[in-house]
Amino acid sequence: MLSYAIRRILILIPTLLGVSIIVFLMLHLTPGDPAELLLGERATDEALHQIREHLGLNEPLYVQYGMFLKRLMKGDLGETIWTRQKVWVEVKQRFPATIELAVTALFIACLFGVTLGIISATRQYSIFDYVSMLGALTGVSMPIFWLGLVFMLIFSVNLGWLPLSARLSVDVDLQVITNIYTLDALLTRNWVALKDALWHLIMPAVTLSTIPMAIIARMTRSAMLEVLRQDYIKTAKAKGLSQFKVVFKHGLRNALIPVVTTIGLQFGVTLGGAILTESIFAWPGVGKWMYDAVTQRDYMVIQGGTLFIAALFILINLCVDILYAIINPRISVR
Amino acid sequence: MKHKPMVQFLLLCLILIFTIVAMPGSAISKTLVFGRGGDSVGLDPAYETDGNSFMVCDNIFEALVAYADESTALEPGLAKSWDISADGKTYTFHLQKGVKFHDGTPFNANAVVFSIGRMMKERNVKFSGKGWDIPAQERPPEYWVSMEMDDTIGSIEAVDDETVVFKLKRVEAPFLANMGMDFADIISPTAFLKNPKEFLRNPVGTGPFKFAQWIKDDRIVLEKNADYWDKSGGPYLDKLIFRSIPENSVRFLELKTGNIHICQFPNPADIELAKKDSNLILPTQPGMNVGYLSFNHTKEPWKSNVNLRKAIAHGINRKAIVDNIYQGMGQVAKNPIPPTMWGYNKSIPGYEYNVELAKEYMAKAGFPEGEGLGEITLWSMPVPRPYNPEGQKIGVAMAADLKKLGITARIVSYDWGTYLKRQREQPDDMDLFQLGWTGDNGDPDNFLAVLFDGLASSSVRTQYKSEAYHGFMLKGKQTVDQAKRTKIYEDALQLLFDECPVIPVAHSTVIWPAQKSVQNFKLHPTGSVRMKNVSLK
Repeated sequence: MLSYAIRRILILIPTLLGVSIIVFLMLHLTPGDPAELLLGERATDEALHQIREHLGLNEPLYVQYGMFLKRLMKGDLGETIWTRQKVWVEVKQRFPATIELAVTALFIACLFGVTLGIISATRQYSIFDYVSMLGALTGVSMPIFWLGLVFMLIFSVNLGWLPLSARLSVDVDLQVITNIYTLDALLTRNWVALKDALWHLIMPAVTLSTIPMAIIARMTRSAMLEVLRQDYIKTAKAKGLSQFKVVFKHGLRNALIPVVTTIGLQFGVTLGGAILTESIFAWPGVGKWMYDAVTQRDYMVIQGGTLFIAALFILINLCVDILYAIINPRISVR
Repeated sequence: MKHKPMVQFLLLCLILIFTIVAMPGSAISKTLVFGRGGDSVGLDPAYETDGNSFMVCDNIFEALVAYADESTALEPGLAKSWDISADGKTYTFHLQKGVKFHDGTPFNANAVVFSIGRMMKERNVKFSGKGWDIPAQERPPEYWVSMEMDDTIGSIEAVDDETVVFKLKRVEAPFLANMGMDFADIISPTAFLKNPKEFLRNPVGTGPFKFAQWIKDDRIVLEKNADYWDKSGGPYLDKLIFRSIPENSVRFLELKTGNIHICQFPNPADIELAKKDSNLILPTQPGMNVGYLSFNHTKEPWKSNVNLRKAIAHGINRKAIVDNIYQGMGQVAKNPIPPTMWGYNKSIPGYEYNVELAKEYMAKAGFPEGEGLGEITLWSMPVPRPYNPEGQKIGVAMAADLKKLGITARIVSYDWGTYLKRQREQPDDMDLFQLGWTGDNGDPDNFLAVLFDGLASSSVRTQYKSEAYHGFMLKGKQTVDQAKRTKIYEDALQLLFDECPVIPVAHSTVIWPAQKSVQNFKLHPTGSVRMKNVSLK
């Protein structure tokens, strides 16, 4: 398994190189100029020329790409055009926020998605099945933007239960270690900050979880239905095992392969959905940062950020593949 | 209870959520939270170009001269007074005594030489006694370059600790007003030299608030400068927090629920809600800006057919645009400078909306009922700007008005960067274009020369070229006496009205709702956010 993992990690290099070429070409072939955006209406020819010269935008494309690769070889993703900060430093500042949000959302999605899927499958064509699957359909169809605002109106404005936006209240102090606030609060045993961070996390995480939750629920239901029809389930029942054991030990474990695949893919969807969720809930993560970079044509952020996310996505897929082997010993990774 | 463990787990989750929800939050005292649409880019005033950066800098740094509370009238800042030589080319600033930077180092003439000198291409500077080596620029200081300061300032010299002399290369009447702008803020040389690359994230100035913390895309925290030199007023707040809340509607909800004190740029629809809320006040300020519609002055018929230009000016219902698209947050422009600015020509009536008159001008122009003109393009802005909330909608309204004159206008738009770039090239496929301007320093030169004097520079967006107008602009720059300059600009505005090189559409009004507890918060025409004298009741 170790050699498989190493091989997969090595494949990262050509894949990322391909990603970098595509992103670089797409960026430079689409119209728009960071120097114009930086200076806006007041740009003079002289100021534009100086900025372009400074950013290396007057060089031919292959020279610009060469410079980017050269820096990359040294492990340097470059410096952002707007904030004049190392891209890697900006990623480090924002990524924990996105991870905290995405992982929590995925956790909620898995917890409720798998549970609903199992119950629906075991009670096929019952009222519960119809209602939960209708809920799942609604969840998939609901725009995150709209749902976020509705949640805000209900839980923050009308009921006053949850804060509207941000990661932490302005009057709560927290010693930042990992930049994952809930974890930092736990590590420093700052219970006030933990409560506040969780309090802020609930609404964006639930909003972000709706689509993956719905998809996971539907996938779990169909996978479970397939498995529950198998002969070995009948055998298990005939042996007199409890319903719980039949469903969880014999059914769920065998139905998990497609579910885990779906969950792995949903992580990517969650990162994508984070762009909108982060904007609505003023959550300072990577999604909003990348979105702003696209509108501002901050080439360095887009290139560096995309490479980072692509690498992360590939690693998650690798983890999913390794999980297959753990869940189902019949599958071996070679 | 076959699913007992699962049910127990779900119950536990629910109890946890409700326990968390039920715990009360704590109160904030003397901390003002300002809600805005985006984060600052950096906090080194010499290198920033965006309002979100400047509004924080406004509270950390100060310049030699300052603008009055609600106008751009010049007042002493870090310079208590100044002398101007008879030839208008030498400015001697006498500095305030006993001022310290937030890092405890003294503010003096050398700090002024360092702060301004670091932006110069050729560092023609002289320190008093031991100065510093000014490091090479990391990148061009954009504002300095755009304002052509290298063509204005010849040398800077610290004569003694409290006196700085600026020698100019040419007479430049707006020079003093320029010295009040953010890019001319004075920074602590010691703090800068510690790590020049990181100064924009660790700013040190002399202002009423000190930089404390920056969580990217979330908040910037400033703390009260207890040793602030000017004892005549604030700072009264202990902490000032700038929070980034990108969505306008969410920002307004944060205000309604009391989590922020001031809400920048709410949706126009939310202003109505704010008016009805007894807990909110509505600080208002006519913006120092203009949104305009210009002609492509590099091509015919626009370049030389004044009747055609006037036909369009009279044919567009600008009041309807202000009422419906600015949603009342603006006023129809009569001059291309806002009425709050000196030099504004009150005798100009503005272009009256009159379709019949417009048709007459069309006939005089040689295009009766639009015949012979063909389809024209109307470039409409793709992004909201302070002077133009919705370029595309305004474009559609204008095209509908033009239809009444027999003119078929096709709306054209690009992404913002491309729009700016292509507009600068004055392409043949551009007939009419929307653009605008927000003033920097309250000097009419900053509108009239920058926007319309095409003979002065190829960077002028309208490329309107008139010898008479160019003459006014040169005279305006080279006359130091403000009364005389006022007359020059009034005459220049009359010429613009008669020649109609652009149609001034509107000046927007800025309304930022705030909690009733916020005292003495005033919006500034330049858009700067100054919290020195603001307090909480």
